[in-house]
Parts: sequence; C-alpha cells; structure tokens
Amino acid sequence: MDVVTLSRWQFGITTVYHFFMVPLTIGLGLTVAWFQTKWYRTGDESYLRLTKFFGKLFLINFAMGVVTGIVQEFQFGMNWASYSRFVGDVFGAPLAMEALVAFFLESTFLGLWIFGWDRLSPKLHLATIWAAAIGTALSAYFIIAANSWMQHPVGVVYNQATGRAELVDIGAVLTNSTTLAAYPHVIAGSLLTASVFVGGISAWMLMRGKPMPEGDDKALHKAVRISIYLTFAMGLLVAVSGDYQARLMFKQQPMKMAAAEALCETESGAGLSVFAVGDPGKECDVRTLTVPKLLSFMATGSFDGTVHGVTDLNAQYQEKFGPGDYRPNLAITYWSFRAMVGLGAVASFGAVVAWWLTRKGKELPTDKPWLRHASVAIIATPFLANAFGWIFTEMGRQPWVVAPNPDGLPEVRLMTRDAVSSAVSPGMAITTLVGFTLIYAALMVVELKLLARYVKAGPQAVMPPGTPPDDRPPDDDAPTTTTTTTTNEADVLAFAY
Amino acid sequence: MELTTFWFLLIGVLWTGYFFLEGFDFGVGMLLHPLGRDETRRRVLINTIGPVWDGNEVWLLTAGGATFAAFPNWYATLFSGFYLALFLILVALILRGVAFEYRGKVDSDSWRRRWDLAIAFGSWVPSVLWGVAFANIVAGVPIDEHGDFTGTRLTLLNPFGLLGGVVTAPLFLLHGLHFVALKTEGEIHDEAKAMSLKVAPVPIVAGATFLIWNQIERGEPWTWGPVLVAAIALVASVLATRAGRDGWAFVGTGLAIAAAVVALFGSLYPDVMPSTTDPAFSLTVENASSTAYTLKVMTWVAVIMTPIVLVYQAWSYWVFRKRIGTRHIPPVHVP
Repeated sequence: MDVVTLSRWQFGITTVYHFFMVPLTIGLGLTVAWFQTKWYRTGDESYLRLTKFFGKLFLINFAMGVVTGIVQEFQFGMNWASYSRFVGDVFGAPLAMEALVAFFLESTFLGLWIFGWDRLSPKLHLATIWAAAIGTALSAYFIIAANSWMQHPVGVVYNQATGRAELVDIGAVLTNSTTLAAYPHVIAGSLLTASVFVGGISAWMLMRGKPMPEGDDKALHKAVRISIYLTFAMGLLVAVSGDYQARLMFKQQPMKMAAAEALCETESGAGLSVFAVGDPGKECDVRTLTVPKLLSFMATGSFDGTVHGVTDLNAQYQEKFGPGDYRPNLAITYWSFRAMVGLGAVASFGAVVAWWLTRKGKELPTDKPWLRHASVAIIATPFLANAFGWIFTEMGRQPWVVAPNPDGLPEVRLMTRDAVSSAVSPGMAITTLVGFTLIYAALMVVELKLLARYVKAGPQAVMPPGTPPDDRPPDDDAPTTTTTTTTNEADVLAFAY
Repeated sequence: MELTTFWFLLIGVLWTGYFFLEGFDFGVGMLLHPLGRDETRRRVLINTIGPVWDGNEVWLLTAGGATFAAFPNWYATLFSGFYLALFLILVALILRGVAFEYRGKVDSDSWRRRWDLAIAFGSWVPSVLWGVAFANIVAGVPIDEHGDFTGTRLTLLNPFGLLGGVVTAPLFLLHGLHFVALKTEGEIHDEAKAMSLKVAPVPIVAGATFLIWNQIERGEPWTWGPVLVAAIALVASVLATRAGRDGWAFVGTGLAIAAAVVALFGSLYPDVMPSTTDPAFSLTVENASSTAYTLKVMTWVAVIMTPIVLVYQAWSYWVFRKRIGTRHIPPVHVP
C-alpha cells in the first residue's frame, strides 16, 4: 500500500476512535455539571450521587480523549505535510486558538474539580466543572470551524507564487455557514450520546433487580427520568440540525449529497432512497424503496426541484478541473449516511420505550433480561451514529481533502492524494498505523472494563467512604469554609489518584 | 519588531513553558520507582502533579498549534521529518496520561505495577527524545529544495543529537526532584534532596558540554549570556538544596531550562530549521511563516488569551500549594 492509503487509514482509525471519547466528554461534562448544579441548589443528595458516579465515568473516558487528541494535532504535520503547507495559513489558526482558549480551560479546571472537592468552596467547585465543560464544548467549535473550512473554504485568497491558500478574513472562517450548521448538530449529538449513556446505564442497574442502597435507587430513578426527556429533546435537535445541514450541503457539496442518495442521473422531482439492494456504487437503479419526490423537496424545498446526479456532477468537475474521477466511494457514502440516521433514530426510540415502561410512575421490569441487555446495547448506538456521521462527511468529500467551494475561488482546492508527506516512507507509515491501532485497541478493552467495573459498583461505591453524605443545602457563608479547613487536613486528597 | 520575529519568540516562550512545567512532571514520573519504594509513597509522588500535569501538557499542544498557525512550513517539515521520534513521543504520552488516570482505579498490585511502568516509560522517552529533537533542530538536518526532510531513520541519532537527550532527561529528573522536595514533607522530601545532590553533576556537566559545543558551532556572541545564566542557575540550585531552600532550588532548575531554550533559539534565529544539504534550503522565520494577516490575527489571540491562561493556571498551583506526605494519602477506596 502507498503512503496515501496508509495515512488515510491511520487518520480514519485514530479520528473515529478519538471521536468515540469526544462526544461523551462534551455531553457528559455538561450533564455532570448540571447534576452538580442541582445538588448545589437543592441539596438533594441524589444529585451528589449522580455527580460522583457519572463524574467518575466521565473521567475514565476523558483521559482517553485527551491522549488520543494529541495524536490528532500531530498527524497533520506528520502524515499530511503537503496539506499542512497548503492550508497552514488558515487551518493552523483555529487549532492554535483551540489550545489557547479551550484546552487550557478544560485541563486546568478539570484538575481543580477532581482535586478540589474539599479544598474549594462549593460554589467555586461547581464553577470549575462548568469551566471544564464549557472548555470541551468550545474546543469542538474550533475543530468544526477547521473541518468546515475543508468542506467549504471561505475567507481566503490563492497565492499563485507560493501555491498556498492565504487567510484574508478570519471572521469568515469562524462564522462559515458550514460551521454554524455543523456545530449545533455535533453538540446535540454529544448530548444525545451522553443522555443515552446515562439513561442506559441507570435503567440497566434498576432492572438488575439487585438490592442497592436506597440513595442509589432514588438517584438512578431520577437519572432515567432526566435521560428520557434529554434524549427526546436532543434527538429532535439532532434531526432538525441535520436536516438543515443536509440542505446546505446540497448547495455546497452537491457531489457528497448525490452520493449519499445514490442519485446517479440528474432528476427533477427526485425520490428519496430509503434502502438499496446491491452495490449503489455501480448501478444506480437498484433502489427498491423510494419515497417519491421527497429528495427534491428536502434538497430544494420544492417537490419538483432539480437535484444533480453523480454522473452529471462528475462531468461538470472534469470540465472544470481536468480529467479524473471526482466521485467519492458511493457505497460507503450511501450506507454511512443511512447508518448515521438509522442508529440515531434507534437511540431516540430507546427513550420512547423507557418512557412507555415508566409511564404513570411504573417501575422498570426486573424480570425481563432481554430488556436489560437492550438497555446496555442501546448505549452503543449514538456512538456508532457519530462515527458513521464522520465517515459519511469525510468519505463523501473525497477525492478532495479541501473541497472546492462552488461559490469561491476554484484554485483553493486540494486532492487527498496530493496532501501527504513526501518525507514519510510506506514502511514508516505502516509502523505508526499498526502501532496506533494496537495501542488503541488494547486501551479500548481497558477502558470498557474499567467503565463496566465502576458501573456495576454503582454510585455508593464512589461516595466518600464512611462519611454519611451531607444532606443540608450547601451554604456559601462562613460555616462551610471553616468546616472545610478544619476537617480536611487529613483528607486533602479525597477523590484523588 | 517584525511579527515573524515576535512569533519566533512566542514559540520559544511556549516551549520554555512546556519544558519548565512538563519537565518537572516528567521528572516525577521518572522518580516513581527510585523514590516511590512503596505504594503510599508512589501515591504521594503522583498526587504532587495530579491536579496539574494535564494543564502542563497543553503547553505542548499550544506550541504545536502555534507553530502550525505561525510557521506552517516549519510545522510540516519538522513533524513529517521527525516522524518516528514523534510517534514514540506520542505513544509515551498516551500511555503516561492514561496511566495517571487509571492506576488508582483498581485495587490490585499487578494492575498498579503495569501502569507504573507506563508512567516511567512515558516520562523517560519524551524526556530523552525532546532533547534529541531540539539538538537536531538547532544543528540542522538534511532538507531539500521543497523543504522536505531527506534523512534516514538514523539521521537524528548523531552525537550532538544524542547529547541533547543526555541533557534533557537528567535535567528534567533534577527539576522533578526539586519539585518533589518543594511539594512533599517527611522522608520522601529528605530523600529527594539527597538524591538531588547526587544527580546534579550529570545535567551540569552534560548541559555545559552541550551548550558550549552549540556556542562554538553556531552560537551568537550574546547567547553566551543565557549559557552562563543556565550554568549559574544550576550550580545555585545545588547550593539552595544544600541550604534547605527547596523553592529556590526549583527556581534554579526552572531558570536553567528557560536559559537553555533561550540559548538554543538564539543560536537558531533567523533560521527555524537549517538545512545541512544547502543553506539556501534552510527554513527561516521569513520563508516558513504565515502571511502578515494571519500573524496579526494570532497575535491578538495570543495577547488576549495568554495572560488569562497564566492567571488561572497560576491560581490552580496556588490552590494546591500545600506540601503533602504519606499521612495525607487516604486508604484505597475503589470498587
């Protein structure tokens, strides 16, 4: 295999893997911050349990997200040096901003949160988790802005002499319409992921039928309830933002959407393909189930609107950019799009089932093992939906790494095959591809085992040992601070390593 | 001042921040086995850096991101050219980061033993390799007319490069010892001080050899200044340790790290990566940089954000300023 293929596999594997951790970090960070806020405000001990319990799971996941994130920043330069030179003037800026604005915030304040339980006043301690959670959400913004620029380059000119894209308008890059459409989709998807994670785990524990401390039972019931409504809300937001994004994509990256719909020929009043049999990449008329005219409506707002097909677009591209094949891998684009939508829908459907089972204060059944297993299995669906979403949007952009903007400068474009490092040999690329894959696989096993261990133990296990949890509403004034300083001398490291 | 020069300085500052901060937490990682003879002591060591190591590591991400933004050609040549070295550093940082978070999450000796090895490996490897990498950046590597590295897998392992690694690892170790002495109490504190006095000659001799070699080959007259500062700071840190001034000893190694970075960056300028193939192919602050507009934008971001970051990061150190010892370590409490 050549360096391009190897580097693409490496980028794909490391990025999809990294993005298993990222949405959970963003979503769970905000959720835990919200649990702690409820505890702070109401003094209800259930929320402290949820904060500590899901806080631990959050940290187990966060560590993996951090370390796999370093690889992301490095491999642009390591494997994609030609890309880095071409886009560096534009693309480096959001990455540097991400580090300065977001990474420092999340890492510093998370350290304060982990170690600050007994050192900071309750109010200040609460502020640290919010700062960390906001940091994670901010970091997503800069990365989406960077990625959106590859999908829809704006705010640049092309320098003939150096052959590079040059930034002329940072505002345009940070408010790229593609970014503004993608960011809510990513954040809603992250909250959906966390919500299903919280709900799936809590429901599983309640359906196990094992005796547990009363406090845990109460807390987990609350978690299920919160998860149901959060999943409804975020499922809806994911769908609405996704639909908006798709409409925009029909204009900005028509080839990607035509491939996603396996629409080979340009059609007016095109139908929406729901399912295809055979290889949609080779034959376009294999579609078996089509909703008439719906695709035209979704793409253009009119049932008889014209939607351009892959063949037609390919011919247009050849005319504009010279001979070549400008089609993405149609089967992957088509199926990953459906996998994303389908798995996202399954995740939301889980909340409907949970809502039905718990309606009018009913208890979740403890005598149906399959339901218990389903409750765990469904946790995987938003993670997979996120992964397929990225596979769709990145594979659908091929063969470009920087897709030409139809309304922008045609010179600002770069093919993936022209983006790799010339200093890297296939042998080196294989070394790192295999190395990262093996380490990541091993760490995934460790992380899942650790998560399972902490889930099985339940909230009680991560509550402070021996001390009966404080039920009184927290008080900002003197008493709290004085008790903290006098009692914590021996306990400065509660919740520590 | 030209913005390109300003960004060269700023990247020097970011690397200084990174080596100063992660330098001591690498040191603590390297000390896990020699100083942490039992589990409680290991937990003391890890907890000295527990709240801060991740924030320290962000300095690396910022240095990398800033290099990408301000000098994309430098970033591209460096990262693709030093491919396998950076891969090893990444593996080390991955294992180390996960180890800090995971080692205490299961109560089992074999579990902890494995993660302790990961911490030691993850601290030693980057401590050596960053030295090798920076020695080679300053000395230059084969770079062709397209700005691509044309060396082999062994190019970086030349005598000067290897000496760089022999400087950084013991220097970070010493810095870590001074940090441990500053942050702990009791036996572990006394042993850190004793070990510091034993270890100190290694970074002093290696560091002096390395910096003087660099001066003779490519130094500017003024960079003798920081070389001298580094030497004095290291010797002063030994005296401070002897006098029981833990804080000053730590300042001493920190200042030596900063002065060494200044000396190296000073001798590098205006190149950012000299080519040994042909000086005409060298990457400089001019030909490797972003456009003036991008540099201006990034200058605003840096000028606004850096002080804010420094304030809250300093505050987090203030919150955890107390010394800790074995008596603070709570019993293991995990499911």
